[in-house]
This record gives sequence, structure tokens and C-alpha cells, in this order.
Amino acid sequence: MDDPIHQFNIVKYFTLGHIGGHEIAFTNSALFMLIAVAGISLLLIGATRQRSLVPGRLQSIAEMSYEFVADTVRSTAGTEGMRFFPFVFSIFMFVLFINLIGLIPYSFTVTTHIVITASLALMVFLTVIVYGLWRNGLSFFKLFVPSGIPIYILPLVTAIEVMSFLSRPISHSVRLFANMLAGHITLKVFAGFIGLLGAWGILGYAGAVLPLALTVALTALELLVAVLQAYVFAILTCIYLNDAIHPGH
Amino acid sequence: MDPTAAKMIGAGIACIGMGGAGVGVGTIFGHYLAAALRNPSAAQGQFANLIFGFAVTEALGIFSLLIALLLLFAL
Repeated sequence: MDDPIHQFNIVKYFTLGHIGGHEIAFTNSALFMLIAVAGISLLLIGATRQRSLVPGRLQSIAEMSYEFVADTVRSTAGTEGMRFFPFVFSIFMFVLFINLIGLIPYSFTVTTHIVITASLALMVFLTVIVYGLWRNGLSFFKLFVPSGIPIYILPLVTAIEVMSFLSRPISHSVRLFANMLAGHITLKVFAGFIGLLGAWGILGYAGAVLPLALTVALTALELLVAVLQAYVFAILTCIYLNDAIHPGH
Repeated sequence: MDPTAAKMIGAGIACIGMGGAGVGVGTIFGHYLAAALRNPSAAQGQFANLIFGFAVTEALGIFSLLIALLLLFAL
């Protein structure tokens, strides 16, 4: 059976230069990120070029994705959160396209590497801290002191709130990473069973129908997970930004 | 005990925690479905809350998976 981990290998195409003794290389990861960005740009620029009153098929995709993210931002972070709409929309489309492109056989899923998801999550986390302190000053720390709590358990609750705030970038990044990693490994393990059974001859072909059907079903499930995880990543970004805008509970 | 074997056993034990997250996620979706069938018109407005609860619950399972992955590959 082929190694199910093999799909996550980083392949270096060419070297761009060196920074402080570290090699900066153009890899397949960078290539697929560029493909995702090019795909998003082509879709949105191509769809909005005509700007017809009755949208065509392509234009309604662009309008629906805009409306979907805008509704999410408005309902979770309020109208003031709309100043972060370009940020949330970029993150949502980037993660969505990377997850969907990763489902194509023989392609590479960038979000199966924690360094990518951790960078995105840290970007959100630092944005929340910097914007929250800039907008609210020291009253940003009211985030950790919920109102209406009896004074004798307040220190405990505050400690828990601080812990949960600090663990946010970990759970935010590992959720996307672990879901994509586990899904792709499962898919490749079941696909490996088809080849394994197919080597047994005619009886194996009959048996291989089962893992084949399961692989098709798993691909459909992975499609759902890819879209759902992009949505979860975006909505958690909105909820964290809401804490920066309205820190009082 | 062989340290590698101990790591493997530890990773397996850490994964038990994901069962709790499974119970939690099932409870969230089950209750959402039950409530949505009682009052379908209000269901759409609670979808964001559903996903938020799901994400927060799933995070706890992911922490135990993270411990397992750290034991297997990082420590």
C-alpha cells in the first residue's frame, strides 16, 4: 500500500534567496497558495466585470459569497465589525479555495500544514489584541472580568477567561489543520484498500467495490468538511473580532 | 518500559478524550435538530450559535488529539 502521509511532502521547486542563514524556497505549498489566490481573483474580477442587474451564473456566485460573509460579520460582530469585512472575506475565500483545490486528486492541500493555519490564527489573534487595545484602551481587559459574577469566585473565573483567551490561537489553528489532515489521511487509506484488494484477482475486484463506494462517500463528506471548516474559521474570526470591538460581556 | 512504547500508549490514552468531544458535539447537533423541528422558523437564526457551540466543543477534543500528535511526532 502507498504511504498515506506521502501526499503532505513539501517539494522544493527553486530557491528564491537566503535570509539569515535560512533558505527561502518556492515550494509546492507556495504554488498551490498562488493557484488559490489566482482562482479567487479570476472568479471575483471575472464575475463583476459585466455588473448586470440580473446576475448571471458566475456573478451570482460572487454576490452570494459576498452576501454570505457580510451577513455572518454583521450578525456576529455588528455593523461596526463591517470594517473588518475585507479581512474576514479574504480569510474565508483563501481557506475555502485551498480546501477545495486540495480535494482534487494529486493536488496539495496547504492547510494540512500547521505553519499555515497557525500563521492565519496568529494574524487574527494579534489583530484582536492590537485593535482591542487601540480602540478601548485599558477597558479592553474587561473582557476577562465578566459582570454579574459573585466576588468570591471572580478570581477563578478571570483566570479561566485568561486561559481560554490565550488558548484561542491554538484551537483556532489546530482545528482547521487536524480536520484537513485527518480527512485526507482517511481518504488515502481507504483508496489504498482498493489497490490492495485489486491485486487479488477476480475475487478482489468484487471486494474492492466496497472501499471504492466508501471512498466516493468520504470524498462527499470531505467536501462538506472543507466548506464547513472554512466557515468555522471565518465565524470564529468574527466572534474574536467582536470581543475586540465590544469587550464588555 | 521502553520510552517509545510508553509514548504510543500515552497517545492512545490521550485520544480517549476525543470521545467526550464526540458526546458534546452529538448533544449540540441533536438538541439543535430537536429544537428546529419544534420551531423551524427560528432555526435559521440560531445557525451561527450552533456552529460556535460546535467549534468550542470540538476544540476540547482537538486538544487531546494535539497531545497525541505531540507525543507521537514532536516529543
